[in-house]
Amino acid sequence: MTTLKQQEGGAPSRKGAPRPSGTSSSRGIRKQAAATPWLFLAPYLVLFIAFVLVPIVFGAWISLHTWDYTRPLKPFVGLQNYVELFTPDSRQFANFWGAMQATGIFTLFSVPLLLTIPLAVALLMAKKFPGRNFFRAVYFAPYVLGVAVIGVLWRYLLDNNIGLVNYYMGLVGLPSDIAWTTSTPAAWVALVGVTVWWTLGFNAVIYLAGLQDIPSELYEAARMDGASAWQQFVNITIPGLRPVLSFVALTTLIASVNMFGQSYLMTQGGPGRETRTAIYQIADTGLRNFQMGSAAAMSYVLTLFLIALSLLVFWLFRERKDGR
Amino acid sequence: MSSTVETRTTRTGDPSAKPARKLRLGTLAKIVLLAVVALIFISPVIFMIVTSFKTRPDATSIPPSWIPNPFSLEAYRTLLAPGTNTPVLRWFFNSMVAAIIHSALVVVTASLAAYPLARMNFRGKKIVFAVIVATLLVPPVILVIPNYLLVSDLGWLNSLVAIIVPTAASAFGVFFMRQFFISLPDDLEEAARIDGANRFQMFTRIILPLAKPAMATLALLAFLGNWNDFLWPVYVLFTPEVQTLPPGLSTLQSANAVRYDLLMAGAVIASVPVLALFVFLQRFIIEGVSRSGVKG
Repeated sequence: MTTLKQQEGGAPSRKGAPRPSGTSSSRGIRKQAAATPWLFLAPYLVLFIAFVLVPIVFGAWISLHTWDYTRPLKPFVGLQNYVELFTPDSRQFANFWGAMQATGIFTLFSVPLLLTIPLAVALLMAKKFPGRNFFRAVYFAPYVLGVAVIGVLWRYLLDNNIGLVNYYMGLVGLPSDIAWTTSTPAAWVALVGVTVWWTLGFNAVIYLAGLQDIPSELYEAARMDGASAWQQFVNITIPGLRPVLSFVALTTLIASVNMFGQSYLMTQGGPGRETRTAIYQIADTGLRNFQMGSAAAMSYVLTLFLIALSLLVFWLFRERKDGR
Repeated sequence: MSSTVETRTTRTGDPSAKPARKLRLGTLAKIVLLAVVALIFISPVIFMIVTSFKTRPDATSIPPSWIPNPFSLEAYRTLLAPGTNTPVLRWFFNSMVAAIIHSALVVVTASLAAYPLARMNFRGKKIVFAVIVATLLVPPVILVIPNYLLVSDLGWLNSLVAIIVPTAASAFGVFFMRQFFISLPDDLEEAARIDGANRFQMFTRIILPLAKPAMATLALLAFLGNWNDFLWPVYVLFTPEVQTLPPGLSTLQSANAVRYDLLMAGAVIASVPVLALFVFLQRFIIEGVSRSGVKG
């Protein structure tokens, strides 16, 4: 990896060196006390078991109970919490599926934009030119700001009356009185747009690293054969980026399905409940209203959706037989 | 770039030079275009900083001004004044303490755990590693409800421990450090072993010094993650004195919906450390991110 070489000290050049794992058999001969590796692992495993493994199981257990945090009795109800989520006249049904729909809308619009725009940015920056690192940093910069900052900031910029966005839209002859945070579909445009602005640089950087790993000889050979820029893009860039593409698609998908802060801060889930996402609904049900059994069930249903979508991504980007 | 060199010799307008000049102009045009787009791209952040130095009426004036008139520290004074119910300075301090301890905890536990997973053979190694990596795919929402109950049982609700410890079991951190440890040559430990070093000494004296850049990158990413985390602190920290900046900002917004000068000053205070870190260490941050992606 080219990027690794720029790291200070330490890392030996990877290029041409044999895979270090090939020597692992010699490590086996080197004996240590049986407990040694576990002593190294212990601090991490304590945290990992307590706050990751146990909660995964515990959450499933909670979802089988009517678990109100504020009440002493937590009766076992079997799958009732799940059944309720799928029963149209239950009290959770409309809220939950409304929120799932909101998450779906957000994901549907944000993921394609976050796959394509950062790729375009990365392609623009793939060749060396003066100031490249500066531009790369500029496009990445919003990402280091937290969602709290960007939420508060854009709430201001998108204000109906005094916001920058409406003002400049008016200047160029567009409608200047759009209620970005209090009406749909404008709120969706705002939420997706802000998210794209916020996280575009993250994906672009990963694409860039991937682009740098594609051997330039492939492009040279293609040019010799008279391939157009578009043909090079389709036949070399896209196949060469496949592992990176699938990683970006997966992380973007997971991030979009987990959207919360933007709508919590910019639209407060409104107007009405339209932009209240699944995570918002789960947090509110469990941590505001303390109906933790229901909330846990919701989180497992959402997770199943996410797993199904992830598998779909894996399948879409699977290694086909004739790769390059 | 060969095109730039060529242009210099063909400035005179020789028609045969056109392709070369075109290339150069193309590059120049590209840079100008990128600069304009970059300026527009980053302008929201600039406007945030500008507004934080405005007076209250100036912050809501139309047309929006890009230079504070008059330049004012009123918003910062109001926010940082003692005795408010929005103690921004306290939030800043809480955020700092939490993020520093959290990232130290991540780096220490992840490095220790990654070492045997990268450089020792033992029974159960594959299973342990597979389970850790598998949890990378577990959406964090699954953990929210049970961890809230755990944290509550431990008596950590509404205390900084709640945002320092539970999120410190970083599967990403272990994976990241392991990838680095694996890349180191074997002979290093061989030599140390002949000198009579035990495993722990090999780790602290040979491996860790070499791993400093990787540890620094992981520490940075953990710091950024903790500093910016939103959902979890919003629900587990609920009194102003123990809150961190992200939930603090959200209460600031609901308490001062129209005081945009205050909100932007608060946002700037929350951004200063991460923007400063980014400006000075952007190479580390960007490469840490790109490496995690490509290696993942």
